[in-house]
Amino acid sequence: MAARVSLFIPCFIDQLQPQVAVDVVRVLRRLGYEVDFPAEQTCCGQPAFNMGYWDEARPLAERFVRLFGSAECVVSPSGSCTTMVRTFYPQLLAGHALYDQAVGLGKRVFEFSEFLVRVAKKVDVGAEFPHKVTFHDACHALRELHLKDEPRELLRHVRGLELVEMPHSEECCGFGGGFAVKFDMISASMGEGKVMNIEASGAEVVTSVDGSCLMHIEGMLRRNQARARTMHLASILAQEAK
Amino acid sequence: MSNAAQEFLRRAVEKSGDETHRKIIRFNMDQYDAAFGRGHSRFADWDAARERCQQIKWDAVNHLDRYLVEFETRVKERGGHVFWAENSEEARKYVCDLAVARGVKKVVKSKSMVTEEVFLTPAMEKLGMEVFETDLGEYIVQLRQEPPYHIVTPAMHLNRGQIRDLFKEKLAGPDTEDPPELVAVARRTLRKAFFSAEMGISGANFLVADAGMVAITTNEGNGRLCTSIPKIHVVMTGIEKVVPRLQDLATLWPVLATSGTGQPITCYNTLIGGPRRDGEVDGPEEFHVVLVDNGRSELLADAEQREVLHCIRCGACLNACPVFRAVGGHTYGTIYPGPIGSVLTPHLRGLNEFQHLSFASSLCGGCTEVCPVKIDLHHHLLHNRRNAIGAGTHPGKERRGMRLFRWMMMDGGRFRVLGGLARTAIRLAHGIGLAGTALDPLRPWTRRRAPMPIPSTSFRSLWRKTNGLR
Repeated sequence: MAARVSLFIPCFIDQLQPQVAVDVVRVLRRLGYEVDFPAEQTCCGQPAFNMGYWDEARPLAERFVRLFGSAECVVSPSGSCTTMVRTFYPQLLAGHALYDQAVGLGKRVFEFSEFLVRVAKKVDVGAEFPHKVTFHDACHALRELHLKDEPRELLRHVRGLELVEMPHSEECCGFGGGFAVKFDMISASMGEGKVMNIEASGAEVVTSVDGSCLMHIEGMLRRNQARARTMHLASILAQEAK
Repeated sequence: MSNAAQEFLRRAVEKSGDETHRKIIRFNMDQYDAAFGRGHSRFADWDAARERCQQIKWDAVNHLDRYLVEFETRVKERGGHVFWAENSEEARKYVCDLAVARGVKKVVKSKSMVTEEVFLTPAMEKLGMEVFETDLGEYIVQLRQEPPYHIVTPAMHLNRGQIRDLFKEKLAGPDTEDPPELVAVARRTLRKAFFSAEMGISGANFLVADAGMVAITTNEGNGRLCTSIPKIHVVMTGIEKVVPRLQDLATLWPVLATSGTGQPITCYNTLIGGPRRDGEVDGPEEFHVVLVDNGRSELLADAEQREVLHCIRCGACLNACPVFRAVGGHTYGTIYPGPIGSVLTPHLRGLNEFQHLSFASSLCGGCTEVCPVKIDLHHHLLHNRRNAIGAGTHPGKERRGMRLFRWMMMDGGRFRVLGGLARTAIRLAHGIGLAGTALDPLRPWTRRRAPMPIPSTSFRSLWRKTNGLR
């Protein structure tokens, strides 16, 4: 087990949800990890890559691979950005001098819940959160990283937490990066479906492993005057017994 | 923006807010999901079956030259005709010329997406022929003068009440929503057509190379009537439909049925090898197969996306797609809607005109997860996006924005300062009450979502200030 982990904080979490990153640090330190944040990190390049601008994304991927090249273990509170590195860097950097390094790095980058359950082998992180919670399966974490039970396993071990499943938890919330603004009417229609399913679960809190989905879901919940609120998995796991 | 893209956006706005549409589609998709769930659990190993289908189609698509010629040879040995159509026009012309030469007045059609693709029906109608769609769903959308909404269930967007009204108006049907009675109305009209048509047209679910036979799958038996009663039978299909061996159907048939409708096997599975032979009591006098290329060879040459030709047109990716459910089949403005259509159409009808569909996706991967021949659909959407940007289909403004984004992200300090400035500006705007208004700097986001609070500090600044949060 690595004693030292490097944080990969997605750019939008850094700028818009800094508390999520703070909570990741709290949980990792509670488990005894030494946490390092390479301050030069910016964006993995996914926004450009997804919108088809591979030539703009490539220098960012090169930069990322060099920056984290020597890290033993990288942890990120985002299934989507982890997917960018693990699944898409090898495509983006095919035939590139950094290809082998990128493939190697992809095996050492872990989504937060994946790291806790599969690498650290911890399902009980000592959290307490006495609320009714439902879990939204973020698409990249579910279908690219195959993380279905890991986050749920962590939630089941939170004291006082009641985990309830919503209908169609695997259905996309409609975020989808640039799609959310380019095709906002479709994105919102999908978001409304997600809101209905969250409401049907009766949960007070909806959580996930991707802050981007949650940002969209939160906006849709409030727009539709729904009761539930969003919280990143890391923020729930950071809650300690009072 | 292309005309097709503008039209797509206009219809997407309309449909994604249409509650009635949403309810009908949700209901039908829930029915499908339940049937599919039961269906695939009947397999001892569904994923192994998918892998087998993938292998069969890989073999076929990578050896099209061999298998198509084998198929052609066998069909010709039995007295059938095979015509290779390079494009829609050649395909249409062959069938129209044949129909004119034989004095055809009435045509019955079994469901075929390729005939839609080459716009065969309008061409025949223009020549004064009467063309009947005989699949019930297809017949319904034909009466409504609409294209199919879905490649397997063409009238999925309609409820019983709408079908009752349609039959009342067009077929003097009774005032009932009872499905058997409604089916009986259609059957009365279509039976007459079956027995008076001179030509039957069908598609093909598979072309079996070693047997030299066409495999057709229907649930209503209309396929058999179209292909055995009229004196001429024309099969029109894409070149990618060939499979190597008859025994391949042992896996492909149940997998197609399960993915298409959740059935263990479709009700009527027919193999046809040629015209009626001496001593046979039924079957057509003439048998023609039109093999349509229409851009498929070019797709075959594209090593990255060649596997798109594996598609067996089961429709599972449409059902799994949250975008399809939100906007509906007609919004796409393409013959093949949904994920497979978004991937395929730029290859069949031009990247410039149809690249927007590859961007109209959240890339959730639901399609890839269900595809019975394991086409990496959502990653092909990414490839199409890259190809579109490479071809310069997007405005320079967007490209400049992306360059600026890259420039900002190439330096940690630059990102910290510019990110901080942007947040401050947004916080100021929100501070004077612009959040969620037309003047909100985050307007593209807040147009359809409640505004979000913008934090005063970034994580990187926190980390710096507190020396690692300590």
